[in-house]
Amino acid sequence: MGTRAVCLGLRALAGGCRGFTSKADPQGSRRVTAELIEHLERLALVDFGSQEAVARLERAIAFADRLRAVDTDRVEPKESVLEDRCLYLRSDNVVEGNCAEELQNSHRGVKEYFVAPAGNISWPKLDEKEPFSHR
Amino acid sequence: MATPILRWCCPGRRWVFAGIGSVSRHGRGVPTGSTSSGKRGQSSVAQQPLITAQKPRKGEREWAAVVGLEIHAQIASNSKLFSGSQVDFAAPPNSLVSFFDASLPGTLPVLNRRCVEAAVMTGLALDCHINRRSLFDRKHYFYADLPAGYQITQQRLPIAVNGSLVYSVCVGKRQSQMVTKTAGVKQIQLEQDSGKSLHDSLRSQTLVDLNRAGVGLLEVVLEPDMSCGEEAAAAIRELQLILQALGTSQANMAEGQLRVDANISVHNPGEPLGVRTEVKNLNSARFLAKAIDYEIQRQINELENGGKILNETRSFDYKLGCTVPMRDKEGKQDYRFMPEPNLPPLLLYDSGSLPTGTDPQQVINIDQLREQLPELPRVTREKLVQQYGMLPEHSFALLNEVGLLEFFQNVIKETRAEPKKVTSWVLNTFLGFLKQQNLAVSESPVTPSALAELLDLLDRKAISSSAAKQVFQELWRSKGKTPAQIVAEKKLELMQDAEVLEQLCRSTLEAHPQVVTDVKKGNPRAINKLIGLVRRATLGRADPTVIKEVLERQLSS
Repeated sequence: MGTRAVCLGLRALAGGCRGFTSKADPQGSRRVTAELIEHLERLALVDFGSQEAVARLERAIAFADRLRAVDTDRVEPKESVLEDRCLYLRSDNVVEGNCAEELQNSHRGVKEYFVAPAGNISWPKLDEKEPFSHR
Repeated sequence: MATPILRWCCPGRRWVFAGIGSVSRHGRGVPTGSTSSGKRGQSSVAQQPLITAQKPRKGEREWAAVVGLEIHAQIASNSKLFSGSQVDFAAPPNSLVSFFDASLPGTLPVLNRRCVEAAVMTGLALDCHINRRSLFDRKHYFYADLPAGYQITQQRLPIAVNGSLVYSVCVGKRQSQMVTKTAGVKQIQLEQDSGKSLHDSLRSQTLVDLNRAGVGLLEVVLEPDMSCGEEAAAAIRELQLILQALGTSQANMAEGQLRVDANISVHNPGEPLGVRTEVKNLNSARFLAKAIDYEIQRQINELENGGKILNETRSFDYKLGCTVPMRDKEGKQDYRFMPEPNLPPLLLYDSGSLPTGTDPQQVINIDQLREQLPELPRVTREKLVQQYGMLPEHSFALLNEVGLLEFFQNVIKETRAEPKKVTSWVLNTFLGFLKQQNLAVSESPVTPSALAELLDLLDRKAISSSAAKQVFQELWRSKGKTPAQIVAEKKLELMQDAEVLEQLCRSTLEAHPQVVTDVKKGNPRAINKLIGLVRRATLGRADPTVIKEVLERQLSS
């Protein structure tokens, strides 16, 4: 997911997080709170890791904010740039399915199963994490 | 409103119906039959069943339960929703997985036409509004059996909305009356199924089988219009029958083709709705009602003891027969819905809006699908009631067993006996034998022709009804013999010679003068003794009603 997707995600979160401005405010404080960073890290399993990364994120948001300069009154929003394309409908035939054979080189294969770590993706508890100073 | 009427809803439980007029429903969608719109239909009993706790104490409040359902039905298609891998329940692990299903980079989803048709047909059968334009979204969460890290679904604009599911429940003392109810269908959407994960705690790892990953699902969301486990089970049953009749899903719960989650809350009538819990893992038709009723009772008990209901997800433990909280999910899930960037909007057409000059394979015409819809179970049942004069309960029973309706219709075709007789024999005797030996209709040793022949013999009065039952038993045990053969072998034919019967009756009367006197004195049971004697004399080959006629005639002369 690129910057654009992250920004879309952030806008969706806008309603629920403190410290993030609403659309009504054209300036935008562009402050991303520690709370929000933690929430994002947990959801997307990314590690912001450093203050510099957070700053980069804020700059990315600011860059996307420039879209507000466009007058979109009375224009129907699009869902994607593919909207006018035709959605291709495939016939209901079986034409593939053997990818596992080619991937079975994974050295931790158990019988014919793919192997994953137990349970869900673990997330280090709050106090276990290496702290870095949030603004 | 009218004075409250108390009625039992689910037997064996302290469930109580009462006529309470309209119930305030804040923010939970469409209310039940208390407001009647033509579409919803009206249940003939009062609207909201109330539940009292197991030991009603003085001054106790009454409770009303609200149940909504989310049903996932696997679409019966050859290949998956977005890839050309085969759909098969029982294949070796990871043998039906394409690069897209494994979510390898560089792969793209390609929509399966059959799945769209299945969704439209199901929407039409449930009286939904079909959205001419619907959209696909990504729902993100991390789990080992979801290789992409997201599921493609239709969250913003699903393919069908605002329908209704009409179903029936048994009420009355002997569960013999059927009452029609309606549950609103909020929406139907297309989405991907996930793979299967097996937890190997010994080696601390998860084994993943992606055969099921990407199989098309129809998610049917029912409004919280149901109020107890029985209603929910009946609604699910009807949905199953509809999906099977349409051919859009085999809807077999045991094979995981139909999965149900329930949203359950309780409240005091007249007050706002309570906090709801979601109960997952309701994958057995047998335990569905039990699990829901358990959760309702648990919530009532909790609230009556001053506790609170948490908005949580619970699972039904079949062994313990109770709901248990699922592993906590670290607060509320945030799925970060976003539009699926690789799929344009899905456009559907009707006869009036067909685009010209396009490949018909690429166009789905809703009107055409509507015309091709198979007969729905509700219509089949109505026809049975109209055509054969059977009770609605019988029509339900005939449709409730796979192959039973066909069996019934084949018997009807070949016999001259009255439909009511056929209905009775099929639903009581035939079905009874099947159930006793746990057989499916397809495994029955008795063919429709054999039963038809037997009923003809009965109809012609060639044998008595008790003899017929004997013949049926013999038919069941020994394959290959025809009813006529069995009748001949066991000498079960009714005596056809009237003269012989007259003689036997006369001789019996002569041999038992005291009994005759008793009868003439007016003892009503004495005649039965005489009938019994004659029957024995005829070696069971005379019809008791005929014997009675002859005796009475002879006695009065």
